[in-house]
Amino acid sequence: MTAAWALFLRDFRLSLSAGGGFGLALGFFVLVAVLLPLGVGRDLVLLERLAPGLIWLGAALAALLSLDHLFQADLEDGSLDHFFFADAPLELLVLAKVAAHWLTTGLPLAVAAPVLALLLNLGTDQWQPLVISLLVGTPALSLIGAVAAALTAGLRRGGLLLSLLVLPLYVPILIFGAAAASKGPGAPELLLLGGLSLFALVMGILASAAALRLHVS
Amino acid sequence: MSLSLRSITCARGGRVLFRDLTAHVGRGEVCLVRGANGSGKSSLLRLVSGLLRPMAGQVVWDGADEEESVQSQLHFLGHLDALKPSMSVRETLSFWAQMMGGQKGVNAAIEAWHLGTLATLPCGVLSAGQRRRVALAQLSLTDRPLWLLDEPTGPLDQAGVDLVARAVKRHCGNGGTALIATHRDLDVGEAQVLDLGPGGREA
Repeated sequence: MTAAWALFLRDFRLSLSAGGGFGLALGFFVLVAVLLPLGVGRDLVLLERLAPGLIWLGAALAALLSLDHLFQADLEDGSLDHFFFADAPLELLVLAKVAAHWLTTGLPLAVAAPVLALLLNLGTDQWQPLVISLLVGTPALSLIGAVAAALTAGLRRGGLLLSLLVLPLYVPILIFGAAAASKGPGAPELLLLGGLSLFALVMGILASAAALRLHVS
Repeated sequence: MSLSLRSITCARGGRVLFRDLTAHVGRGEVCLVRGANGSGKSSLLRLVSGLLRPMAGQVVWDGADEEESVQSQLHFLGHLDALKPSMSVRETLSFWAQMMGGQKGVNAAIEAWHLGTLATLPCGVLSAGQRRRVALAQLSLTDRPLWLLDEPTGPLDQAGVDLVARAVKRHCGNGGTALIATHRDLDVGEAQVLDLGPGGREA
């Protein structure tokens, strides 16, 4: 446990330090939401109807941006080799890394969502379901993305391939996330979204660890 | 823990690096792995660490703790230093100490590898030799019976090389085992030499 906690703290601090991913994904998310009304025009009703889906799409793209560094940095500087000799199973270490990734990308998005909802003319009564859907669904974005990040870690410029691998897998999350955001709490879509996150928690961790084993062998 | 290699064949990228390699390294012994570039020294270390599987043959770790995985009973130091430029030397070492389940203090490791004056500097500003010393300091964080070192002396100066030799001697004096791939002369006392030859050319 100590090992996983140490890795979590290290990744968290690294992403806050210069060149880390924190802020980049959030900034991208905010810019998308600011630019959208400019593109869509002055139709406030249309904007309100589009808002949950657009915010969810922004969240998925923002998560993608920061994913390609998740394992690549550790593979390139040799840290990844050492993970195999650590005092914890590789799966637990992967979980620690993904948790740190979510805390620095997914969580800030959920927190910033009400501000963006304001820009997209979403009523205050809609904020709560939007934030809840993001809190429940963004872990799945990090977890599923981690599998592709692990698979493409050895590739230079693997970012584009990563997007091609991950975006199709984001489809169910996007559908249920946007639906849960526009309906109230307790909507079946929210429960399905939670189910997806739990599924991704198990499969994402196992598959990422298996992909990392391929890289060192 | 002692180590037996039983007629190991190793292939990388469709090329056979070595064939039918048999060796035994007992408790408290040092084995220096020599050979030309590309002869398979690093691959041999990865095989022994369990990261790679041999194409044929067997690696046997005698006397390893059955309860624990072999990986948690060895130190593997590759030719990369595994340092983050923005983390200080002390932060790096205390991170690895926690990762490895270190029983010994970070301060002792800093002292042992003469890193005292560098402890608060970020790893990004260190020279290649200093970075290597930080990587080597991981060896002093936990007691693990088997050391696998890949070119540990690469960028080190003479004083650094002496530090490595002394650390290896002390480790083996305490009943540890070490497998070291190196081109340099390392004064570790009595050592077995495993020569992998001029490098694999077989298709």
